[in-house]
Amino acid sequence: MSILIAWILRAIPFGTIIMYGAMGEIMTEKSGNLNLGVPGIMYLGGFAGYGAAYFYERLAAHPNPFVCILLSLLCCLAAAMAGGLIFSFLTITLRANQNVTGLALTTFGMGVANFFGVFILNGSSYSAAPLANKAYAAKIPFLSEKFGTVSQLLFGYGFLVYGAVILAVVLHIILNHTRVGLQLRAVGENPATADASGISVTKYKYLATCLGAAISGIGGLYYVLDYNQGIWATTGQIEALGWLAVALVIFTTWKPLNTIWGAYLFGVLYWLYQFLPGILGITVSSYVTDLIQMVPYVVTIVVLIVVSQRRKKENQPPASLGLAYFREDR
Amino acid sequence: MKEMVTGKEPFVRIIKRDVPSKKDQVIPRVLAILAALVVDALFIFFVTGLNPFAVYGVMFQGTFGTSIRFSWALRDLVTLLCIGIALAPAFKMRFWNVGAEGQVLMGALATALCMVYLGGALPTALLLVVMCLASLLAGALWGWIPAFFKAKWNTNETLFTLMMNYVATSIVACATNIMRGQASSLGKLNMGTQAGWFPSLLGQRYNINIIVVTLVMFLMFFYLKYSKQGYEISVVGESENTARYVGIRVKRVLMRTMCISGAICGLCGFLIVAGKDQTISTNTAGGNGFTAIIVAWMAKFNPFYMALISFLLVFLSRGASEIASAYGLNDFAVDIITGIILFFLLGCEFFIQYRLVFREKTRKEAQ
Amino acid sequence: MEYAVQLKHVTKTFGKVVANKDVSLDVRYGEILSLLGENGSGKTTLMNMLSGIYYPDSGQIFVEGKQVEISAPKDAYALGIGMVHQHFKLVDVFTATENIALGLDKKEKFDQKAVKAKAAAICEKYHFELNLDQKVYEMSVSQKQTLEIVKVLYRGARILILDEPTAVLTPQETEKLFQVIRNMRRDGKSVIIITHKLHEVLEISDRVAILRRGEYIGTVDTKDATESSLTEMMVGEKVELNIDRTEPVNPKKRLSIQNLTVYSREGVKILDDVSFDAFGGEILGIAGVSGNGQKELLEAIAGLQPAAKGSKVRFFGEDQEKPVELLGKSPKQIRDAGIHLAFVPEDRLGMGLVGSMGMIENMMLKSYENGHSFLTDRKTPRELAEQIKEELHVVTPSIQTPVSRLSGGNVQKVLVGREIASSPIVLMTAYAVRGLDINTSYTIYHLLGEQKEKGVAVIYVGEDLDVLLELCDRILVLCGGKVNGIVDGRTTTKEDVGMRMTNLKKGATRQ
Repeated sequence: MSILIAWILRAIPFGTIIMYGAMGEIMTEKSGNLNLGVPGIMYLGGFAGYGAAYFYERLAAHPNPFVCILLSLLCCLAAAMAGGLIFSFLTITLRANQNVTGLALTTFGMGVANFFGVFILNGSSYSAAPLANKAYAAKIPFLSEKFGTVSQLLFGYGFLVYGAVILAVVLHIILNHTRVGLQLRAVGENPATADASGISVTKYKYLATCLGAAISGIGGLYYVLDYNQGIWATTGQIEALGWLAVALVIFTTWKPLNTIWGAYLFGVLYWLYQFLPGILGITVSSYVTDLIQMVPYVVTIVVLIVVSQRRKKENQPPASLGLAYFREDR
Repeated sequence: MKEMVTGKEPFVRIIKRDVPSKKDQVIPRVLAILAALVVDALFIFFVTGLNPFAVYGVMFQGTFGTSIRFSWALRDLVTLLCIGIALAPAFKMRFWNVGAEGQVLMGALATALCMVYLGGALPTALLLVVMCLASLLAGALWGWIPAFFKAKWNTNETLFTLMMNYVATSIVACATNIMRGQASSLGKLNMGTQAGWFPSLLGQRYNINIIVVTLVMFLMFFYLKYSKQGYEISVVGESENTARYVGIRVKRVLMRTMCISGAICGLCGFLIVAGKDQTISTNTAGGNGFTAIIVAWMAKFNPFYMALISFLLVFLSRGASEIASAYGLNDFAVDIITGIILFFLLGCEFFIQYRLVFREKTRKEAQ
Repeated sequence: MEYAVQLKHVTKTFGKVVANKDVSLDVRYGEILSLLGENGSGKTTLMNMLSGIYYPDSGQIFVEGKQVEISAPKDAYALGIGMVHQHFKLVDVFTATENIALGLDKKEKFDQKAVKAKAAAICEKYHFELNLDQKVYEMSVSQKQTLEIVKVLYRGARILILDEPTAVLTPQETEKLFQVIRNMRRDGKSVIIITHKLHEVLEISDRVAILRRGEYIGTVDTKDATESSLTEMMVGEKVELNIDRTEPVNPKKRLSIQNLTVYSREGVKILDDVSFDAFGGEILGIAGVSGNGQKELLEAIAGLQPAAKGSKVRFFGEDQEKPVELLGKSPKQIRDAGIHLAFVPEDRLGMGLVGSMGMIENMMLKSYENGHSFLTDRKTPRELAEQIKEELHVVTPSIQTPVSRLSGGNVQKVLVGREIASSPIVLMTAYAVRGLDINTSYTIYHLLGEQKEKGVAVIYVGEDLDVLLELCDRILVLCGGKVNGIVDGRTTTKEDVGMRMTNLKKGATRQ
């Protein structure tokens, strides 16, 4: 039982990282843009947020946790949106191929984060922002202690975990029950139609891609300042998480509400290798755990296949996904 | 851009070019690379305060400094180029194979397993043949799986192949774990016997890589351009309906082409293990599988252009690590510099396909 | 006199192609104006500049007396201009109401219930039948068109532009549409109809404006016009609008289709128990509202469409006693069996040809496998390309130029030329003259006639009933995937064929 609880306590924060990544990508893809730069954007967001928090803690005489959160969040959003803007400019205005641009953005974002990260590391193998970590990982007071295990499972996380769930609901409402959502979906399904109805395709694509990037960026921020305990080190971890977020988008069939359970399920699967043997009461060799790590990816592949088999119109990707739009094409 | 001025004549309008001439194709690309180098220089200057020209000088040394550096550059170039060549037929068929990383790993793994478990049992020549075949098969299998599902249910191949990379990584991690046993790292395989290592040619083992890849490059060029199968690939890529209409078995072409694409990736894994690293890890492909996608796309699937672009990228990467050691920076500078150059090259395609007409000019024409 | 719309000296080019050259045109209040011109004469481009899709290179536009700049579709809507495009601008996965709500003015409150109520009121006023909760992908073509018109009216359009609205409708549906258009005129709205069908022009419009190769030729009152006077203005020369139809000589049975049933991928029955014979030396027309199984019928015969059990498609070669079953064979297997079956599909650049390839490589499509070499042979296709270019007067810079850069008529000549070059025994064509100018259309009719006289069994799927009646020896009418009678092309009437296209007669499913 306690193993199960520990498992869930690991899975939900893990899920939260990719949930942000996936929600941002859903928003982007709803506008018809397939941004494979998610890992790069998460790197940018995570690093910018970390950098802001690190220097604030270093330089401020009396660092205040709220200011710390505000600063790091703003820097994260700005950096992630800058990444989104590069992608938007190249693919929307200059109509470059989206797959290739996305991959280049991933290279670039990883490079920027790790290159500047080295200055912060300054020779050591890792550096930390403990205050920011404390602020981000603070559990909900009172509720997180009062009811034992239930409290632990429901209220024992940093505020970004709840932010993600709220954001998923908000995105769902915006996409399905507002004018903006209707117009955004129209842009992704059939830009020529949206255009003829007087909707500015370019504006929507830019906004959806940049805001989507911002949301994805929070995933990186959450990873560094909460999940990874406020530690910055040069690893390739965020890249793998970014691709997992892209996988989650497919898993949810482009529906924000599905990210809530989908992300946590991915979290459970990801930690399978560590907890399952304990629950089954067996010990496994380290090479087996290496193998178990593929499970989330295999599950995604299975979902991909199942969805493609069903062919339900409502579960398909936005019809113009990956294509550039030019009004005067003929 | 059109929406910016409502009710007034737009400031700038975009017009598609008819057929871009050779000149219109070359000049924007050259300008883009130059512009990117300027931006990179600014970046270097503002971040490090170093004189960008001196830095570029050092970068140049990275590839052309000594003959051994040049030969290393060639070694890296053929690795990247080999994967680019592997991707060409798939991309030409409009099959987004972003799984090269995994296909290379599987090829490398098959090679390594042969070296370890057959190393003492077979004579060298036979061992090399077996290793090569095993790597081709492993890569082909890894390419065939997503193609099979694409053929059967039209499963999205971009995401499928992407996921397959991580499955491959897992498998390689598991296998190296078993192979190294209690040791902390795997080290060079067959260190004592050197079984399965390429023989040294003109002083280097990897010279064989260079020869093999050059050969593959020419073969691929002729395969795509003059063979019946190559013709089928272009028809399927341009229009699946037309392919069906003339009786091309689209599904078969899909799977066959992905087997070829995966097999060449596997071959690349073989070359890396036998000719370059003599060992295997989850980093054996080293991101080349992703970079090669960009190479193949920008070269418009022409193997010779691929060689040029691979050279540019390898030049940058070797240059950047040269700067890194000379100025105490780090290797990641290469990702930034490469990223910027790629952005410019991607962006400049627009100016090859379209031209801009500004408001003033239109007025004048109207009068 | 005040005009609803005035275009003055409007010019628009695409690359080197001049789509409109110095066009001036007036539209009055409360009139129906036909914009008449051949395919490629720039009618749609001109109207797209009114609706904000394109921006003119030069020239002015006046709406209700004031000079305006229309740089985006929303500007057009603000001016009360609404256009129903030939290719519908609808989002497939949205409902009708959602599609209407998409174009709501920013100031209007976003309330789908209110939208639905208002749309329902419009439907009632003009007697439209429309289910506002239906998803677009479940709608028929005519329902989609109705939705488009409701959408435009909803946005308060006073000037309506309809681009080839009747192309996909049956005569009965067309009549209904015309009634709606007349109602709108009574409301004081101005309606512009883009069309190339002369009899419709004469039936519905008050005035006719004519374009020829992008240039404005003139405007005439409909009451002063005749079919031949309009044609002359449209083409620029006198055109013989007659198709020679010879009597079939020595008809030989070539194809026998029995109980052909085809299901779509989604499991919907597209063809239902279709049976008929096709004979050498005759042209068999196939009429029907588009989407009633024509495409599947030809594709099933050509080996592109799997058929249900019990279906038979038999081919009769020289030995009439030994027919060959075609079903279950791929196009390649049919070819390898020595059966000369030519097929000109509806989607020329998306199926019959590869747009980005030149003429030579497009000739190779059917022959690239010849010979045992691993490599392709390019000499024979090159000679064929040269020959077709010569004989059919294909206008192209060179035989290497991608065929997508050729005009619609030349594309069709390349395709038909290649198919005829294979000396077919059966020749199937789907909408062979769609989008072609009059002269090229007649070239195609003559080519088909020639093939018929050579003894080829020609199957002609068409949409223009006038042509079907003039060209074909027999006409098979498809309705809902069933054969709704096979009539004699010489004696039947348009009304009869039109009725059969929409109303399934009991017991008429068998010949």
